[in-house]
Amino acid sequence: MPRENVYLDCNATAVVRPEVVEAMAQLLAEGGNPSSVHQAGRRARGRLDDARLQVAELVGVKPGDVVFTSGGSEANVTALTRSGAKRLIVSAVEHDSVLETAKMSGLPYDVLPVDGDGRVDLEVLERCLKSVAEPTLLSLMLANNETGVIQPLAEAAALARGHEVLVHCDAVQAAGKIPIDFESLGADYLSLSAHKIGGPMGVGALILREASPLTPLIRGGGQEQGRRAGTENLPGIVGFGVAAASSKKGLAEFALLSEVRDRLESRVKAEAPDATLFGANAPRLPNTSCLSMPGVTSEIQLIDFDLAGICVSSGAACSSGRVRASHVLEAMGVEAPASGEVVRVSLGWSTTSQEVDHFFTAWSTLYNRSRKKSESSAA
Amino acid sequence: MTHVPADGNIKLPIYMDYQATTPLDERVLAAMMPYLTEKFGNPHSTSHSFGWEAADAVEAARGKIAALVGAEPEEIYFTSGATESNNMAIKGLGRRYRDKRPHIVTVATEHKCVLESAAAMNREGMSVTVLGVGSDGMVDIGAVEDAITDETLLVSVMAVNNEIGVIQPLSEIGQICRKRGVAFHSDAAQAVGKIPIEVVEAGVDLMSISGHKIYGPKGVGALYVRRKARLDFDPLLSGGGQEKGLRSGTLAPAQCVGLGEACAIADQEYKDEAVRLERLFKHFVESVGGRLEGVKLNGHRTCRYHGNINLSFEGTRADLLLSSLRGLAVSSSAACASAAREPSYVLRAIGLDEASAESSLRFGIGRFTTDAEIDYAADAVVAAVQQARKE
Repeated sequence: MPRENVYLDCNATAVVRPEVVEAMAQLLAEGGNPSSVHQAGRRARGRLDDARLQVAELVGVKPGDVVFTSGGSEANVTALTRSGAKRLIVSAVEHDSVLETAKMSGLPYDVLPVDGDGRVDLEVLERCLKSVAEPTLLSLMLANNETGVIQPLAEAAALARGHEVLVHCDAVQAAGKIPIDFESLGADYLSLSAHKIGGPMGVGALILREASPLTPLIRGGGQEQGRRAGTENLPGIVGFGVAAASSKKGLAEFALLSEVRDRLESRVKAEAPDATLFGANAPRLPNTSCLSMPGVTSEIQLIDFDLAGICVSSGAACSSGRVRASHVLEAMGVEAPASGEVVRVSLGWSTTSQEVDHFFTAWSTLYNRSRKKSESSAA
Repeated sequence: MTHVPADGNIKLPIYMDYQATTPLDERVLAAMMPYLTEKFGNPHSTSHSFGWEAADAVEAARGKIAALVGAEPEEIYFTSGATESNNMAIKGLGRRYRDKRPHIVTVATEHKCVLESAAAMNREGMSVTVLGVGSDGMVDIGAVEDAITDETLLVSVMAVNNEIGVIQPLSEIGQICRKRGVAFHSDAAQAVGKIPIEVVEAGVDLMSISGHKIYGPKGVGALYVRRKARLDFDPLLSGGGQEKGLRSGTLAPAQCVGLGEACAIADQEYKDEAVRLERLFKHFVESVGGRLEGVKLNGHRTCRYHGNINLSFEGTRADLLLSSLRGLAVSSSAACASAAREPSYVLRAIGLDEASAESSLRFGIGRFTTDAEIDYAADAVVAAVQQARKE
């Protein structure tokens, strides 16, 4: 039944790739603990190594630079709390797993503002970097989950390094959507999540340099070279590896989604000149559109789209049932009522242009219906 | 899966490392598959049916886990595995209460992740008492009682030991803890779904559960947190506020469903399985012990989970035995970072000298172990030990 739906919420979770399912199903049937020394264990270890290489290649690092985690959140928490930094700098548009962790860490932290397009200001960053005296970590996402806006990460990292500040990059939303080269980004840590690139949920990775300081968040059996304890989620990791390989191969094709997205946005603007496309002036992921429908709340839009079989969202998919204004849009200076009239459309490897057309039809129908209603009530 | 026909036509190698991990039950895999394919939604997506059906599946799974251990569903928190559960219980509680109650009591034979978490809290200023065990591997209840002071925050004692299979007296310890107003955590990764374990009867406030030790998937576990204990945590993972803020991160519905299904199956089958495993245990021990001198069962003989058979073979070395037992997948110690080959600290804690500890093998049997495999394994072990002693 759900497959008949138009799924345009790929930043919440991407549709799992069939080759991922196949690899996982095979492995799930095989079994084996990668830390056991017998044959089943050794075979499992081989699979683990293969997957580690695939994930490493997605971001241009060596396999030894990959520490598997239970997901992007764990990778972010690990980088923020286990680098030894005594101070944190985060941007205002980071994911909750960064912002909340900064808040909970007990460390002093600075929040970098963003401009109206959602980008951090490098001059502000520079001033902030100059003011810190203690060992500090800058955490800046590569691409935003709600708007798709890409941060000037390499430039920010270069500034940070000039001040001997460690750099963590949350690349959970950017990976598999745009090319990433860890080395040229200049970060010390980078977070990845499998389920955002067509892999399974419950797996992620923290990428780091040999020199990046790290004490483990989860201690115990000494897996992942002592950097993350716990029996490896091997089927999940293997699925992650396959998804990494597929999405690396599919990067050129993924880039073409921007044409579909841009066409949607120009049709929206043609239909509704008063609609806002958030972050559209900044470099963005090819797949994300965050747009407002003037006069119609997010909730009404979501209900209407759901009835039309279209899955989109009003922002981040986090703790369930929470309805609140987006901290990302707020940081971009978006005010009510516009901030409460937003939906996020996020395309993926599985998306067809027909699906996006379908969404546009539903969007314009609702928009025109509500305009008519407000015109008639005004009259 | 290695299902072996009854005629004794055995597929090698025979998997006898059920404490390291268990094969995924096909029924669990079948329950998981829809959530890896068409029902792929993010359970925290609240605006469409993909999210809702994923969330429903997660909650149904939570109910099954709760049912197996006699808890309420809202007392079950999903984690990435028992290691995380143990870290979360000890560090999460420790960091919240260390100023008022800076003392933790645990046991020398606990899993590394419990000991390491306690050690981490020690580095953060808490004091830690690590209790020894008897030569049978059992913790002395009197020693637990004596170790508790007015400053004690937490007692952490595992339910079933991963290396020697002994069952610790949880309810007695739980009663003491309750009486003294101390939180009681138990790492039950090797126990849940294998021995009867009810959170109320055991008197635990916190209990760690693993998926892949009970024929479920790797990468998922749970922490039981007794609601009425009103404990507060510093979460290990902060962020999106999932799991009522105690554990952030997108839940993996396929994983949660897998753990739930594994629990539901265990609930139905563990009693019969326990009887069968006890029979296989006795048969194996008698078959090997009857033909060889100098064989010692490690851990209490009766107060144990019978899926664990840890034997010392006097005058041999386990690593050499392992290399001549190619047909058996067995282990000489806990399957963690196995690269570091040092004598088991658990065996040392029950008083084995280094040579004896290094002469020990753990045979782990479980749901898919057959009579024919036990016979084959016993013969292979006897031959390997006899050969080793000749050389």
